[in-house]
Amino acid sequence: MQRFANPGRFMRLSSRVMPWCGAGASIGLAVGLYLALLVAPPDYQQGEAVRIMFVHVPAAWMASFVYAFLALASAVALIWRHPLADIAAQAAAPLGAGFTLLCLVTGSLWGEPMWGTWWVWDARLTSVLVLFFLYVGYIAVVNGFDDPTRGARAGAVLALVGVVNLPIIKFSVDWWNTLHQPASVFRVGGPTIDRSMLVPLLIMAVAFMLYFATLLMLRMRTAIVASRVRAARLGEIEVIPEPQGGHQAAGSVT
Amino acid sequence: MTAFWALVARDLRLALRQGSDAALVVAFFVLAVVLFPFGVGPEPQLLARIAAGVVWVTALLAALLSLDRLFQQDYEDGSLEVIALAPLPLEAAVLAKCLAHWLTTGLPLAVVGPALAALLRLDGAGYLPLIFAMALGTPSLSLVGAVGASLSLGARRAGVLLSLLVLPLYIPVLIFGVAAVEQAVAGFPIRPHLLILTALLLAALPLAPWAAAAALRPALE
Amino acid sequence: MMDALDHFLAMGGYARFVWPAYALAVLVLAAMAVQSYCAWRRQQALWSAFEATRPQRRR
Repeated sequence: MQRFANPGRFMRLSSRVMPWCGAGASIGLAVGLYLALLVAPPDYQQGEAVRIMFVHVPAAWMASFVYAFLALASAVALIWRHPLADIAAQAAAPLGAGFTLLCLVTGSLWGEPMWGTWWVWDARLTSVLVLFFLYVGYIAVVNGFDDPTRGARAGAVLALVGVVNLPIIKFSVDWWNTLHQPASVFRVGGPTIDRSMLVPLLIMAVAFMLYFATLLMLRMRTAIVASRVRAARLGEIEVIPEPQGGHQAAGSVT
Repeated sequence: MTAFWALVARDLRLALRQGSDAALVVAFFVLAVVLFPFGVGPEPQLLARIAAGVVWVTALLAALLSLDRLFQQDYEDGSLEVIALAPLPLEAAVLAKCLAHWLTTGLPLAVVGPALAALLRLDGAGYLPLIFAMALGTPSLSLVGAVGASLSLGARRAGVLLSLLVLPLYIPVLIFGVAAVEQAVAGFPIRPHLLILTALLLAALPLAPWAAAAALRPALE
Repeated sequence: MMDALDHFLAMGGYARFVWPAYALAVLVLAAMAVQSYCAWRRQQALWSAFEATRPQRRR
């Protein structure tokens, strides 16, 4: 892992990987949207409203996945003080909040015709709302200190404390009597959803994931350049030369 | 061990000396609950229906108000650094401060809570469950609150940040605390709810001091 | 042809739920991308401005 601790190396790697992820995301979204809107059949119970599933479910999966990523990066930051870990966590948080918001609103739009209500305080919806507050809280904590290091540390602790919400989200539909339906894809015994709907769903999910990866790398690169600008302004050190395999000055990236 | 109890005693002495702090928390609790009949009307059935929820939510808010004196005062006058440098592990010191905080905040809230519930005409079957639930729930509020207080120490808008951090984490205690009372009023068994409150407390006892200490260390560097 | 398009847009009567959902998805994804990209451009500009003002260091 120490090999990837070098921000210069990350910049080189990401500049090569990002275009592929971006292309993959674009293609995935195009194909996924086509399949979701035009090819997938209407549900015999829900009719065309089931198409909301193709944006709601991938957004929900990403909401939880990004938080798990955030928590993992925070743990790495706290335990090993890996220089890129804080950057990764802080880059991921706004993206996770966006996916969570998308999940909540599309869920309401799906709930109104199907359940007859925009919102219900059942375990699944409530725990996802708490997830959204955790993202907002994390961003607020990280930005709430004049010293960015303290903000990063405090945010990392918060991220780990909130991890307990993830199993609650996942298993809420099993543990409690919820209005939200139980799992139909990630469950013991395999998916119960028909292939004609499962395939567009999985393609959309992969597209969302690649989209997240692309933007994560972009945001991390931005943060690294920003820290170089900050360090250079302080004039304390020699600046890292352009990624040409050049040496790296000590302490050049926070 | 004596260092632990010495810290608890010190915090208790400080709190009692500035007796107004604890009294203010209880005063806020009382005032906030009393606002509700003015706001929703004095109809007894309505008040009885919302009594459990109102008492719990205002207790949460009162606990929230008291959290800034958990670490803030010691941080400002440098005593927190002394405490951190002492042989007593920082996690134990946090636990000691949480205990003192609960004794001067949570416990008074738990004592006054049933009286306020009476003001709101809570059904007779609900009082004993309320006492038990608050006795089990308020320590968790102090512990989880300590995590929030340590995270927001020295932040720019520490009070608002604290609320944002702590209120979502208070929600499980709130849910099961209210459920215990309402289930009792409805005639159902409440053991599961009290057991879950106990479980939350047992989980918070090791985890909260650990998390709070982890958040305090960078603040004291 | 227009019938098929109308049928598609109507989404079996659920149009006022399905289309806002997809519109919001596009909006959120686009907003994330735009904001990220603008931040990147801003930092790149700052860096270039800084590079231009200082003499070339050893490579």
